Amino acid sequence: MSLADVLTIFHGALTTLLLSVAGIALGLPLGLGLALLRWGKVPLLNPAVAGYVSLLRATPLVTLVLLLFFALPSAGISLGPVTAGLLALTLNTAAFNCEVWRAALLDLPKDQIEAAQSVGMGRALRFRRIVLPQIARTALPGLINEMSLLIKLTPVLAVVGVVDITRAAVRIGAQTYEPLPPFLVALAIYVPIVFALVSVQRWVERRMARREAAA
Amino acid sequence: MMKDFATVWSERGLLLSGLGNTVLLSLLAALAGLALGALLSTLLMSPKRALAVPAKVFVDAARCTPFLLFAYIVYYGLPSLGLQFDAWSAGLLALTIYHSAYMAEILRAAWVTQPRAPIEAGLAFGYSGFGLFRRVVLPPLALSSAPVLGNQVIQIIKDSAFLTIITLPELTNAVNSIQSRHFIPFAAFVTAVLLYWALCLVVEAGVSAVGRLADARR
Repeated sequence: MSLADVLTIFHGALTTLLLSVAGIALGLPLGLGLALLRWGKVPLLNPAVAGYVSLLRATPLVTLVLLLFFALPSAGISLGPVTAGLLALTLNTAAFNCEVWRAALLDLPKDQIEAAQSVGMGRALRFRRIVLPQIARTALPGLINEMSLLIKLTPVLAVVGVVDITRAAVRIGAQTYEPLPPFLVALAIYVPIVFALVSVQRWVERRMARREAAA
Repeated sequence: MMKDFATVWSERGLLLSGLGNTVLLSLLAALAGLALGALLSTLLMSPKRALAVPAKVFVDAARCTPFLLFAYIVYYGLPSLGLQFDAWSAGLLALTIYHSAYMAEILRAAWVTQPRAPIEAGLAFGYSGFGLFRRVVLPPLALSSAPVLGNQVIQIIKDSAFLTIITLPELTNAVNSIQSRHFIPFAAFVTAVLLYWALCLVVEAGVSAVGRLADARR
């Protein structure tokens, strides 16, 4: 394995990171939106979102990516491997984020909202000033956990042909007939990234536990 | 559209064998992973650093590794070290080892919140070592961590779909060959998604049955 091969894997790392960030950025607000539909008990949409979350939580990402990649073009919607992969990541992570946001919303004391109502705050202001800052804090560890799960799921993009870390490593292994070294390089990229996220999550949890103990 | 699903139905033999492989693989990996995870959790909780530190390094490393990459290493990487497996054994091995780390972490987290008194009582009655773990530590641990372990089993079922990449003929692999043979991607993959959903609902029903058992014992 040459230096150029290592650089190819790092180039794949850039793709992995960009798609992860895009998936997180799309999945976070989408999950919040879904959670609000359930929290507000919006008729028809509430059970629909519950069904969506239950279904998506049970669907393997590989199966979802293959479904989108092969079935959408035959329905007349043409999309490349990157779009199909990003769509699958987003649909998947939105379902998990929805549950995290919903748990945070259910955890929010009702008197907070009643107090906001009694001082005459409107619905949007109430959400922005009272609800969001509090649920963002409670949901944070769960959301970071979901981010590290998402990064661990990105090799699924390699299945439909996106050249991410895993695909780059497989390709080099096939060229050099020595698959182990490129896989170990790939491992050496994934592990620190995910470990950094897990460490941040533990740090946030400890901080919150300390704050609760002080209060 | 209905014709496409009829075509999937006509391939039900292939579909069922794929489903059977997914169920068998997940079941074996869950049982072996739980056994290995229980063993690992005793190492994690060990006061001897020489046992606890390597176990913690393994568990943390596995929890930071994508499963697909791990499966690739087992199936394509290990043969160059002289360890050759067929797809089935490689898949089962990868699923078991990878998820044993998660099982160990779940059991450890439940273990640290267990009250100390029953263990002291067990010691006073002369239990020690493995007997103490099996009779006193494990039963309440298994009951209290059942919901999280159930989630992990669902994760195993979902990760088993990755094994289609190493040519293991499980459910996703079966529907992929059905769709490529008949050009019916939508019907084929939707069937697979619904079957995975059904499997997960069965696991969830099992978990809530264990939860009722745990309530009855309390």
